[in-house]
Amino acid sequence: MSTPLLSVNHLVKRYGDQTVVNDLSFHIEPGECLGVIGPNGAGKTTTIRMCLGLSESDAGAITYFGNQHMPADALAIKERLGVVAQMDTLDPDFTAAENLLVFGRYFGLPDRVIHERTPQLLEYAALSHKADAKPGQLSGGMKRRLSLARALINQPDLLLLDEPTTGLDPQARHLMWERLQVLLQQGKSILLTTHFMDEAERLCDRLLVLDHGHKIAEGRPRDLIAEHLEPEVVEVYGQGATALAKEAGLQALAERTEVSGETVFFYTRASHPLLDALQAWPQLRTLHRPSNLEDLFLKLTGRQIREDA
Amino acid sequence: MSQIQNNIWAPPRLSMRWWPVFRRNLLVWKKLAIPSLVGNIAEPLMWLVAFGYGLGSLVGQVEHGGEKVPYILFLASGSICMSAMNAASFEALYSAFSRMHVQKTWDGIMNAPVRLDDVVLAEMLWAAFKALFTVTAILGVMLGLGISHSPKLLVAWPVLLGVGIAFSCMALIFNALAKGYDFFTYYFTLFLTPMMFLSGIFFPREQLPPLVRAVADWLPLSAAVDLVRPLFMDRWPEHALRHGLVLVAFSVASFWVALALTRKRFRG
Repeated sequence: MSTPLLSVNHLVKRYGDQTVVNDLSFHIEPGECLGVIGPNGAGKTTTIRMCLGLSESDAGAITYFGNQHMPADALAIKERLGVVAQMDTLDPDFTAAENLLVFGRYFGLPDRVIHERTPQLLEYAALSHKADAKPGQLSGGMKRRLSLARALINQPDLLLLDEPTTGLDPQARHLMWERLQVLLQQGKSILLTTHFMDEAERLCDRLLVLDHGHKIAEGRPRDLIAEHLEPEVVEVYGQGATALAKEAGLQALAERTEVSGETVFFYTRASHPLLDALQAWPQLRTLHRPSNLEDLFLKLTGRQIREDA
Repeated sequence: MSQIQNNIWAPPRLSMRWWPVFRRNLLVWKKLAIPSLVGNIAEPLMWLVAFGYGLGSLVGQVEHGGEKVPYILFLASGSICMSAMNAASFEALYSAFSRMHVQKTWDGIMNAPVRLDDVVLAEMLWAAFKALFTVTAILGVMLGLGISHSPKLLVAWPVLLGVGIAFSCMALIFNALAKGYDFFTYYFTLFLTPMMFLSGIFFPREQLPPLVRAVADWLPLSAAVDLVRPLFMDRWPEHALRHGLVLVAFSVASFWVALALTRKRFRG
């Protein structure tokens, strides 16, 4: 096994008597995309902040590139990191190109090198035509892509992306995914937090599911689904649908039955007998689909809205 | 984990990484330099014209260091210190707060290999630079008006940079504590405005009641005025070392406190 780019061991963070990250361990292999998913308040952003040395951990170790430790070697580590934070921190007074220039200088890069890299980065971000536009003139998706381009100015080995597509429309999100896939094909490594399960499924080689600061699952998306869930789901909704959850005949045809709001979820390994039986309720609408990460996520973390969400 | 970083009062860890942060501010400023210059020097010049020529015609001459000097010269040599103070304070409060809190520029910078300590240093030096720039423009106008032709103004120039540094450091303490822009009003009305009236800018501090004067003598703005005013009159200041030390002490202590409070603010 190669040396992990990032290895987090038994990380703990407390605020007062509340433990927000509890004995968390994970690692990222070169060329890998690791997704961190979890409800609001699960500890995702706190973990990223500790990985960036912006927040002190109460216990545990964060090691980069085999031998550099956060926060002691923070500057040397950050030379090789690219970061896209949840909130855009682009400079509103600068054009897109100037944003890259100014940010590159923080890494000690000579202007000549930055000017060489700028056209490629803008092209990569599909912003070549916006080189002279200020962030205020850019759409949400463009700003995110400019943030991503800016994070690449130092040609980092590892990217830390905190909810890179939150707040974007579907077109902008798909373009962002495509851009991130290009990076993965180039062999870059990515640590990504997200609320979008399709994003996690599409981009991530492995997933880490956090809840209340604990790691509650870890593995490849498909493996996790196979391990925790039945392969098929039949959703039933419409007037009186929730009463079906108590029908013994239907329950027997499903491995597991869940009710959320006005919808009943039947998790099953063989859906046809169940679908046939549901014909007896023609007024109800059914949706038959393979189980997905969202089902897994909701199974592991519950359907309740979080108090702090 | 590292106990050193846990202590917000740890000594500043400074490096040359402040320079690209300073350059960032310089690049923004270059785009707005002319309008910002007008704003920076218009007010001090209005003070000078209104009080210097208006009030000056009533006051006539003021006794300073055993000689009579025209009131406009007395006022100009003090108000230039006030301009340095105001320019540095505005920049280190409103502008720095915008970058730190509103635009989150500092957060972005700290994702690159730049420490918070260097960001604070850069902001401090930047505000001092703005003060120096403002002061230079006002000095130019004063020379043009023929208020002083003292060659010792060349010495006043670096002293005024020192004044800018001292007030930048003090302002950054309040920047670190601020929740919003409104907070800065307190700093101006409770600290800077009283200091402006007590430091001998508009009238000699000898006019103050003894108890008030005893305090006023140790204000940083008094030290600045006592250093700069004689230079306008082509004389060397008395007790220059003492006044210099007051400014240095305020600068060092304030910077340290500002840094500690900023570290506390950013420690999550």
